[in-house]
Amino acid sequence: MESSNLKQKIGFNILRLSMLVILLILGVILYDIISKGIGVINWQFITAAPKNGMTEGGIWPAIVGTFYVTVITAVVAVPLGVFAAIYLNEYARQGKITRLIRMAIRNLAGVPSIVYGLFGLALFVNVLGFGTSILSAGLTLGLMTLPVTITASEEALKAVPNSYRHGSLALGVSKWHSIRTNVLPYAIPGILTGTILGLARAAGETAPILFTGAAFFLPFLPQSLSSQFMALPYHLYIMSTQHHDIAKVRPLAYGTALVLIVLVLSMNLIAILLRSWLRKKNK
Amino acid sequence: MTNSTHKIIVEDLDFYYDDFQALEKVSLKAPANQVTALIGPSGCGKSTFLRTLNRMNDLIEGTQVEGKVLIDNEDIYQDDLDVVSLRKRVGMVFQDPNPFPKSIYDNVAYGPKAHGIKDKDKLDDIVEKSLKRAALWDEVHDRLDKSAIGISGGQQQRLCIARALAVNPDVILMDEPTSALDPVATAKIEELVEELKENYTIIIVTHSMQQAARISDYTAFFLTGEIVEAGPTEKIFERPEDQRTEDYITGRFG
Repeated sequence: MESSNLKQKIGFNILRLSMLVILLILGVILYDIISKGIGVINWQFITAAPKNGMTEGGIWPAIVGTFYVTVITAVVAVPLGVFAAIYLNEYARQGKITRLIRMAIRNLAGVPSIVYGLFGLALFVNVLGFGTSILSAGLTLGLMTLPVTITASEEALKAVPNSYRHGSLALGVSKWHSIRTNVLPYAIPGILTGTILGLARAAGETAPILFTGAAFFLPFLPQSLSSQFMALPYHLYIMSTQHHDIAKVRPLAYGTALVLIVLVLSMNLIAILLRSWLRKKNK
Repeated sequence: MTNSTHKIIVEDLDFYYDDFQALEKVSLKAPANQVTALIGPSGCGKSTFLRTLNRMNDLIEGTQVEGKVLIDNEDIYQDDLDVVSLRKRVGMVFQDPNPFPKSIYDNVAYGPKAHGIKDKDKLDDIVEKSLKRAALWDEVHDRLDKSAIGISGGQQQRLCIARALAVNPDVILMDEPTSALDPVATAKIEELVEELKENYTIIIVTHSMQQAARISDYTAFFLTGEIVEAGPTEKIFERPEDQRTEDYITGRFG
């Protein structure tokens, strides 16, 4: 009795310790970035372009570039991902082939992002001739995000009880209509959450946009799909490793990191709020 | 062979789940505007049989059907049959009440809307009529916009019946519709079934022999995928011809 109690205590404390370590790491990262970055954050930093060899000025072009490229990513990854998931979960005959397809999709999610970058360079930039552009970068990020949106959408569809499907079919309602009106609406919260989390990750990626469209420095905003663009993660990478005066621009790098983190965290927050709002609405 | 008073005629029906034969040479004639009860122990094939009548078994992969199922003298397994319109004519009520997480109104209006009825007055009318026929109107008429998830299990099941009635079927299949309900709710559903047979042909699968005896006009006894005996309920319960039927009915097994 005593020893099993002791074991339970030890087990419980190991679990608690793991949790604390994780929180601690997160806390240290946030503290480090906030404390070192908050000093440079002001209206001008957010709304101005970099100046004087990027040693002064702000990051507005990088914010806009990240926003644009994320929108293109969403346009590619969300519809394709949702449609593919609907096909896989609702229409495809379940068997060896669908299992194989699922396995391939899961594996794609694990492909290193630099590999997507190289693939995007080969396909979009060179073969399809889109050049290094915001379009090529967005398509590359879209490809990278697809496995996430497909998997999230499929899980969300799986969570909709079969009784909704059968109940609708038994009323003589066609399969497509049943899915559209009695399955998809209940999967939307899960699909949105997974999708936004995937997009948030894409917004913070550097490697896939490295050779496909991100620019070292542009004093202006992207004008079209074929423009190059600045992006927050790439800007941060430049400021931290490639700049001629790294020590001088370090505060700016921290400021950029802070903006990027706030951006990604707010996307996650939106995902959470959206999900709870939709859940309430569906009740 | 065909008879106008027989709504459903099944001839030599074999049914397979992959290699497993779930129904063997099942033949049955279900009279129109009567209640036909399918009884038998668990796993005897009665629910499988029920689902062959609106082809819900099509949704399960690896199933195979041989034989004939005629509804209004039309073979529902012929190649060019439109399954969607078949299911409009042959409604179904499931074992567990499965209201959609929508309002009570939207649950009933769901089928008619899907079939293209957009006119609000017409929909209102269908919803009211269907709920009245399902003996639920008095209990819910003042909260049609409330979620169907919030009403009791018995009300949910009557809502599912109303939902099925709303698409105007002429056959209603019920798969142990009261097995998840308490005795009071069960009594209400049974009463309802007896009223509904005036306008609909009803096939009901039931675990409860008392229920079959109470509400059905015609009974088929299933055992290991075959119909052992079928006939007027009174005869099956009082003068069964087969020893196995008698054993089951007197509670010696099952």
